[in-house]
Amino acid sequence: MEAVTENLDAYVDGFLTSLSIILWSLVGSLVLGLLIAASRVSPVPPLRRFGLFWVTTFRNTPLTVVLVFCAFGLPELGFNRSFFFFGVLGLVLYTSAFVCEAVRSGINSVPAGQAEAARSLGLTFSQCLGQVVLPQALRTVVPPLGSVLIAMFKNSAVVGAFGVGGDLWSTGATLTSARGYETLPVYIGVAIGYLIITLTAGALLQVLERKVAIAR
Amino acid sequence: MSEQSVLYDAQGPRARRRTRIGTVVALVVIAALAFLAVRRLIDREQFSMERWGPLIDPGNEAFDAVWRLIGTGIVNTLTAAAVAMVLSIVLGTLIAVARLSLGRPGRIPLIGLVELCRGLPVVVLVYFGVRVLDDVGVDLSGLPGGQVLWGLILALTVYNMVIFAEVVRAGVNSLPRGQREAALATGMTNGQAMRLVLLPQAFRVMLPAIISQLVVVLKDTSLVAFIANYDELLSQGESIQRNLDNPIQTFFVIALIYVAINYTLSKLAEYIQRRQGRAGRSTVQETDDTELVAVRDGA
Repeated sequence: MEAVTENLDAYVDGFLTSLSIILWSLVGSLVLGLLIAASRVSPVPPLRRFGLFWVTTFRNTPLTVVLVFCAFGLPELGFNRSFFFFGVLGLVLYTSAFVCEAVRSGINSVPAGQAEAARSLGLTFSQCLGQVVLPQALRTVVPPLGSVLIAMFKNSAVVGAFGVGGDLWSTGATLTSARGYETLPVYIGVAIGYLIITLTAGALLQVLERKVAIAR
Repeated sequence: MSEQSVLYDAQGPRARRRTRIGTVVALVVIAALAFLAVRRLIDREQFSMERWGPLIDPGNEAFDAVWRLIGTGIVNTLTAAAVAMVLSIVLGTLIAVARLSLGRPGRIPLIGLVELCRGLPVVVLVYFGVRVLDDVGVDLSGLPGGQVLWGLILALTVYNMVIFAEVVRAGVNSLPRGQREAALATGMTNGQAMRLVLLPQAFRVMLPAIISQLVVVLKDTSLVAFIANYDELLSQGESIQRNLDNPIQTFFVIALIYVAINYTLSKLAEYIQRRQGRAGRSTVQETDDTELVAVRDGA
């Protein structure tokens, strides 16, 4: 295991870059996913069809294909950015479809009677949405949304494998190819790095779930 | 439209007018975006037959070779996914049964295994299967299909078997207690009750979740393209676009193939789920359980 202990600083650097990929993607996919979810439940037919198209496309395409499309396709169209940008972009596009579906299933899980009762009390649309439907929907959304996001954290490794450079995965790649360490110990170190991220996130999610859980 | 009833009532005349205005605005915006995209594509000569010909024109000299590559890619992708799927269902069922029937001390290492395999990114597991196994001297090249295929299959199996273990466990737990009690009362052993009564019913409830997971496995096979040489669909796409210099067109076709396969599978899962719901056998609770598991590992 000296491969890990000797290069601990390289691992820490990689870990931090991975975290920054995750943070950018987290913000991006939540915002985009909410927008797509909003258009999927809106009363405007073209928006709903657009949302359905988006979700169908990105849920059924492998993340790898989305990534190669971003990194090889977009430069063809004259968009030249860093691999980091394309990597995060691909991850955001891909994850937004799953975020959208998690949010939408949460909204649909609120019993229709709740909104009907709110309307019959004379609440306006925004009151009904803001005080009755969304508070309940958000609570049901927490477990599936959390799983989607943890899956996204794991998928950040795919972005790394694609070649963002400097993240946890590339630490492993550099140590094995350029400095000639054995693959086994080096990638056990990489695996531990990702486990730290996913297991912490999983534990946080459980705490959050218990906090917002409602008995229905 | 019934699913919309949570958020709003049937619309009156004023709301309908607002919706119509919204429709027009949305259409204009979408059309404008589409126009910009298409104009950019035209500007960059992305519609030229030079780039599309090998993919869509049977008369093109490269057409046969390109589609032969894509065909092999599809076959290889499906092979890896199918074998990994079967193995992970078998092993997952074994883990689930062990977890359901062992006492507390036997269960703890299993829970540890499940958490470990689920916490790791698949791509890390694929690396272990494809590269590390080879480096530490595990020789799989004697198996039909070769080292990389079996490394990939092993990695996908390890990742998915623990997911299936959870699906099976949820399926068995969702069955009414009376099923097992009745089986035991008729004189079956615990093992018989599991094998003949509980598992067959659990599998019926789980079928949609199993098919949804197949979509995930199919997508994950493409990870090997970043790690080693195995001629699955994405890798074939990469070599095609390297030769023809048409990444947008080639990856568009590749993506379309993935979407077509996966969309069909998802629709099949939905159809089976709906049919089971109509049969009235499965309660709401059961479908919720399997759906949750499917959503959990969907991404």
